Amino acid sequence: MTFIKDFVNVLSAGSISFLLLTSIFALIIFFNLMNGRIRSAGGFAFIGFGLLMFLAGIFVPPLLYLGVAYFLILFVLARLGGRLWDTKIGLWLFVFGALAFGLSMLDPNFFLIAAKPDNVPIVAMIFLLGFFTWLALRKAYLNDTQLVVGGIPWEKTESDEKLFTWPDLVYTEMLCMILLTIVMIVWSVVLRAPLEEAANPTSSPNPAKAPWYFLGLQEMLVYFDPWLAGVVLPTLIIVGLMAIPYIDTNPRGNGYYSFRERKWEISVFLYGFLVLWSFLIITGTFLRGPNWNFFGPYEYWDPNKLVPLVNVDLSELMWVKVLGTSLPKLWIIREIFGLALIGAYLGLPPVMAVGPFRRFYMKMGAARYYVGAYLFLIMMSLPIKMVLRWLFNLKYILHIQEIFFNV
Amino acid sequence: MANLRGLQEGIVNSQIWKSVFRVGIPNTNRKRVLAVLGSLILHLHPVKVRRSGVRMSYTWCMGGTSFFLFLVETVTGLLLMFYYRPTIEYAFTDIMDLREQAPFGIMREMHRWGAHAMVIAVWLHMFRVFMTGSYKPPREFNWNVGVILLVLTLLLSFTGYLLPWDQLAIWAITVGSSMARASPGAGNEGPMSGLVKLGDIRLIHAGDDARFALIGGRSIGAATLLRFYVLHCVVIPLAAGFLMAIHFWRVRKDGGISGPL
Ligand code: HEM
Ligand code: HEM
Repeated sequence: MTFIKDFVNVLSAGSISFLLLTSIFALIIFFNLMNGRIRSAGGFAFIGFGLLMFLAGIFVPPLLYLGVAYFLILFVLARLGGRLWDTKIGLWLFVFGALAFGLSMLDPNFFLIAAKPDNVPIVAMIFLLGFFTWLALRKAYLNDTQLVVGGIPWEKTESDEKLFTWPDLVYTEMLCMILLTIVMIVWSVVLRAPLEEAANPTSSPNPAKAPWYFLGLQEMLVYFDPWLAGVVLPTLIIVGLMAIPYIDTNPRGNGYYSFRERKWEISVFLYGFLVLWSFLIITGTFLRGPNWNFFGPYEYWDPNKLVPLVNVDLSELMWVKVLGTSLPKLWIIREIFGLALIGAYLGLPPVMAVGPFRRFYMKMGAARYYVGAYLFLIMMSLPIKMVLRWLFNLKYILHIQEIFFNV
Repeated sequence: MANLRGLQEGIVNSQIWKSVFRVGIPNTNRKRVLAVLGSLILHLHPVKVRRSGVRMSYTWCMGGTSFFLFLVETVTGLLLMFYYRPTIEYAFTDIMDLREQAPFGIMREMHRWGAHAMVIAVWLHMFRVFMTGSYKPPREFNWNVGVILLVLTLLLSFTGYLLPWDQLAIWAITVGSSMARASPGAGNEGPMSGLVKLGDIRLIHAGDDARFALIGGRSIGAATLLRFYVLHCVVIPLAAGFLMAIHFWRVRKDGGISGPL
């Protein structure tokens, strides 16, 4: 038991769980929707990645844990293949998840956090997200098996038939409303809304957390300054969501579940929604304790936990550690590496437009291509910054305190 | 059974019932059409719907759930307004009283859990709309209305969070609103804000920046509470209600629930 708990504690650490989730994400898509086989170029790449983790794990123990978890999941997924979307397997997954959660509740540290009244809805959200992701992908998978052999999506068999709103739709709605009313009443009777002491502006709690749905943004503060994590990125999330229908010109997959016809759109959206948004909220809620330090799910939230601050800027890394000189005075020279790096990153879209992504560029037109590409790059800057922080303890790529401009 | 049937017919054929619901029991196709067309609320729906669109496994009922939870929030919120005064002196004690004294004291619970549930339901609804590709033409605009509704839902929940005026409330809002301080060009600690100058005088400082506008002061206080109360109970619900009307209208005008062409 202790071993399993340790295992999970280590795996949950920010960057480890993030890498694991990202690779599971890629795995599921590869094996079950793109009909991946282990014996194929893609399959070997996945095995290679796992072996790399094992090798690196000799030097960095957490990676060994990652490697073990990764191979376990890889082989389970490879064995299941398309059966992952069978209702029976889905039921087992649910039972397994509920059991793991139930057993975890026996752990006092886990219980303390998971049973906090405000956290109960988030526990429910995890299960709901799991269920609906599975459901959507299952329906997509079923439709795709039809579409490959030239069939029609399941929705098509019914969409030409019209039903009377009364009674068919009205009764469904009625049922939904009655169920919801019951759920809300039971929930309200069983679980009291939290109320702490009266507001006291002079004594701040530790940790001080934003409302739960903003904890993903608060978690981003670990990697970005407030002007980015709190203002620019949230704005761009909204802009990005609004831009989706105008960037995505693929006419297929409108009005039915399908993955095959919308591989890129769905992969990017699911990655953003599940990993970058939901998972960060879950981390911020359950795994961030006093001083916003990281705590595994079975760890005690020790307010005195000391975490050494060893983060360095790219400029210091390059000038002092690599080149062995002191930092130049003038910021434009001091930050030359950061500027070059960011310049190169932002220069990718035009280069890709004439290179490998030419097809997309021609199909989408310049405006769509550039807006989409830059939104995507900005979205990916978060995982990139996370990995850089983890590998090199990198704090800022660009640190111009002269105008508060840090990236 | 026969008696029940007789009773039902007696009620449905009475003058009172008929004055409210014109058509009686909708047991013929003609009456089914009239039942929907003749009712203000039901005529949000078309008379006939795609079979695939009625399936719970297609829409997950999440749009309707979001709407229903919004109604729950409105009703429980109005009840809370009877007890609650948005001032520093009373806010917290009113909630205490509500907890200890009010009969059927689950309104606060229902309002709070309903708020959490609504945020989750709206996310799941967006997720469903994405997975069925329902944002594609002709529904691009409705997707955008939806995104604004999502933002309004989060803002409603955020402004409501402050109202109990306990430690949880003010510190959550302190953390949340301190971001505004860092707005580029408009917050006193944001990048480029130092460049907004008149001669030597900085125009953006803690007394007039974006955060000040949001919370009505240099720190969370009486002004913030009142501001958030008005936003929470009047401004945002009205805006959200208006946008929902547009949202539902557009679902109809864009050809009903999406389905394969
Ligand atoms: C989508 C709609 C709404 C959401 C998400 C929402 C959310 C919230 C939240 C999170 C609280 C704090 C609850 C607590 O700590 O107990 C709250 C409190 C409150 N809300 Fe709402 N609300 C909504 C609609 C409304 C409406 C329409 C009204 C009134 C017309 C209203 C009136 C109030 C009042 C008076 C309080 C303070 C009482 C209290 O904190 O328990 N709300 N709301
Ligand atoms: C308070 C929030 C919201 C409410 C009350 C609401 C309500 C609804 C309802 C009742 C429907 C009918 C179909 C269904 O139930 O799925 C619908 C459809 C739709 N909603 Fe929402 N919605 C909300 C937020 C959103 C958001 C956040 C988005 C997207 C970002 C969105 C985009 C759409 C689209 C595109 C449709 C048409 C779907 C189709 O035809 O299949 N809505 N909405």
